[in-house]
Amino acid sequence: MAVETRPAKSGMSKRKRAKLGRGAQYVVLVLIVIVAALLADWGQIQEAFFNVEVVRSLFPTVVTTALVNTAVYTALGFAFGLGLALVLALMRMSSVGPYRWISGAYIEFFRGLPALLVFLSVGFGIPNAFPNVDLNRKVTIMLALGIVGSAYMAETIRAGIKAVPGGQLEAARSLGMSHGRATMTIVIPQAFRIILPPLTNELILLTKDSSLAFVLGATLAQQELTQFGRSALTTYPGMTPILVVGLCYLVITIPLGILQQRLERRFGPDGGQGSKS
Amino acid sequence: MSDVKIDISGLRKSFGQLEVLGGVDQRVEAGEVVCVIGPSGSGKSTFLRCVNLLEQPTAGRIVVDGMDLTDPDTDIDAARARIGMVFQQFNLFAHLSVLDNLTVAQRKVLGRDRAKAESVARENLRKVGLEDKAGSMPGRLSGGQQQRAGIARALAMDPDVMLFDEPTSALDPELVGDVLGVMRRLADEGMTMLVVTHEMQFAREVADRVLFMDGGTIVEQGAPADVIGAPQQERTRGFLARVLDPTHAAPED
Repeated sequence: MAVETRPAKSGMSKRKRAKLGRGAQYVVLVLIVIVAALLADWGQIQEAFFNVEVVRSLFPTVVTTALVNTAVYTALGFAFGLGLALVLALMRMSSVGPYRWISGAYIEFFRGLPALLVFLSVGFGIPNAFPNVDLNRKVTIMLALGIVGSAYMAETIRAGIKAVPGGQLEAARSLGMSHGRATMTIVIPQAFRIILPPLTNELILLTKDSSLAFVLGATLAQQELTQFGRSALTTYPGMTPILVVGLCYLVITIPLGILQQRLERRFGPDGGQGSKS
Repeated sequence: MSDVKIDISGLRKSFGQLEVLGGVDQRVEAGEVVCVIGPSGSGKSTFLRCVNLLEQPTAGRIVVDGMDLTDPDTDIDAARARIGMVFQQFNLFAHLSVLDNLTVAQRKVLGRDRAKAESVARENLRKVGLEDKAGSMPGRLSGGQQQRAGIARALAMDPDVMLFDEPTSALDPELVGDVLGVMRRLADEGMTMLVVTHEMQFAREVADRVLFMDGGTIVEQGAPADVIGAPQQERTRGFLARVLDPTHAAPED
């Protein structure tokens, strides 16, 4: 039986037309780029975004102070948040009802609040409510960032724990490990391998959220990247500080992405580092 | 004096309304190899999983090596450390090397130091023919190798009894023999074994006793030559006809 085909409109085959269409798109794209490049006033753009003089005067403080502060605040917040999230996730899966309720309420509450509100509450609410408590600025940032991150990370960790096959826990129990020991030595390490990508996401989000530390006020030495960029805007003409500060964020986040890929390959399904025997 | 290793009486297990075990009594003596056969859904895996309390029995008593596991005062973790279990899906710890799979419980449960645990682990890997795989990750092993590593992991705890839950059901046919060979050698060495299996040849040759379960009870039991060779019960005959000659079995109504 012969296969009926629709007659080609232009006398050209479907595949040839598609190929021609792709070629046309390339040509249009190249034209747009050329026109944009010709029309743009490159001197003006460089003046606005990449003034070499301004770049030169921003260094090295932008790295030695601002970049370092961002990294330190993020690391503190992530470490605290991750620990809190692990506790919350285990509470959420506990057989003890009140643990589940407390953890559930905490997660629902804090993942629904804007991070800025959390910073304001921790930064000004706690000193107001507890006049005797004198929180150091770094501790305040650690608490605020940790609270913001923990609500999300708790759910991520819980998902990771649930993704570990039940047979792993059963095997550990059958060898005489208690539920807690089996969870900590067998289940949690596998859960963290599974949730490495979303956990890296969370770390990158916290890197950017650390910019909210500005609401707490800061001396020059305490400024993180965004605040440093903003105050530099008032000192120098143009938007160059924003570009420089932006690139500094990428200096943090892109290596994190690379590290994540490395770890994933290493912990991959077959363990990666197995012997060659 | 006969040394009873496993003593089960009046064992019942229900999942909600569904009764899976309807009163099972069984005694296994030291060095005995008991194979449990039966159709799927007969309760044989649940029966085995009750013996180390991976399933909590609804009623009944389970005494293993003198320890009453159903007594709430019994330290269940200490009891389980002396009961080896081998799973259908192997359940090797995916994030640990084969050697670490064998040492982690020795060290954390039995408190053996690293050197002692590793020497016990290597000795048991040699037993199952995997001494050259100590450094491999489980994912790199074939199913048969994983299951033998699973057996070695259980043996490294020096158990009094070994439970096998369909140990060859997830294996490619050509890999079944390696695992059964290891189990046969273990039986020859005098290990007390309770084995849920579909391998009739193994049950016939290695078992001291065969239990046929159906509908949550033991329907027939005795020497393999009797239960498999000359079954008395209609249900046993029907099941064996299906298993031993599957191409001629009539579809069940």
